[in-house]
Amino acid sequence: MNYKTDIVQVSGRGSAETGASHWFGERLKSVALIPLTIIFICIIAPLIGADHSTVVGSLQSPVKGFALIIFFLVTLKHLEEGLQVVIEDYVHTRGRVLILIKLNKLFCWTFGLVAIFAIAKIIFAA
Amino acid sequence: MANEAKGKRPLSPHLTIYRPQMSSVSSIFVRISGVALALGFVLVIWWLLAASISIPYFEIINGIMTGWFGAIVMVGSVWALCYHSLGGIRHLIWDMGYGFDLKTSDRMGWCVIIGSFIFTIIVIYYSGALS
Repeated sequence: MNYKTDIVQVSGRGSAETGASHWFGERLKSVALIPLTIIFICIIAPLIGADHSTVVGSLQSPVKGFALIIFFLVTLKHLEEGLQVVIEDYVHTRGRVLILIKLNKLFCWTFGLVAIFAIAKIIFAA
Repeated sequence: MANEAKGKRPLSPHLTIYRPQMSSVSSIFVRISGVALALGFVLVIWWLLAASISIPYFEIINGIMTGWFGAIVMVGSVWALCYHSLGGIRHLIWDMGYGFDLKTSDRMGWCVIIGSFIFTIIVIYYSGALS
């Protein structure tokens, strides 16, 4: 998607590649996370420390499960982008930056997929 | 580029010579709380996975979550989540081009700090941990 105004487009200024849409995507996820975080807290906070049947019983609701899956998807992508910025800001050796960015992606995707797997397993076990 | 020479180049002092300001300190804590939240989410996702697998496995994680270590991480995560959310909203306001004057910026900083503690208490109370 192109977020440049016409005059910037014609005069050939601004980002040469996908910088603007990347920046906008980061903000879009942040805005989406405001309501999603409130929903997440409302679902999860009362369950911390509860017994197994209460936790599973509550999460077997497909609406709650679906909301949690959306929350974890957006959160883990937001975490990945956020940690990548931290890596790029504080690590100055090119090789290390590349390795850490890949490890970061692996870490966030793994935990995101595990979260989705766990929620789906609880819903479908009903 | 010669990487060996890079480390020896003089760097003009920036962070070290500045007196900490409301905007800079409250902003860096958004970043710190965001990184710290990774740990909180690892615990919560592990807990979800355990709940989906078996009751004995869940009991182990539940023991960690309700023990002193889990309690510290959970209360810390709630605060970090509140702080990161409020601080993030402030950054979104800045990204839209508002709130740059010193007075508004400082006021928003105090709102984020005080608000984060208020929301933390609300969430902990709502979670039933205090009752």
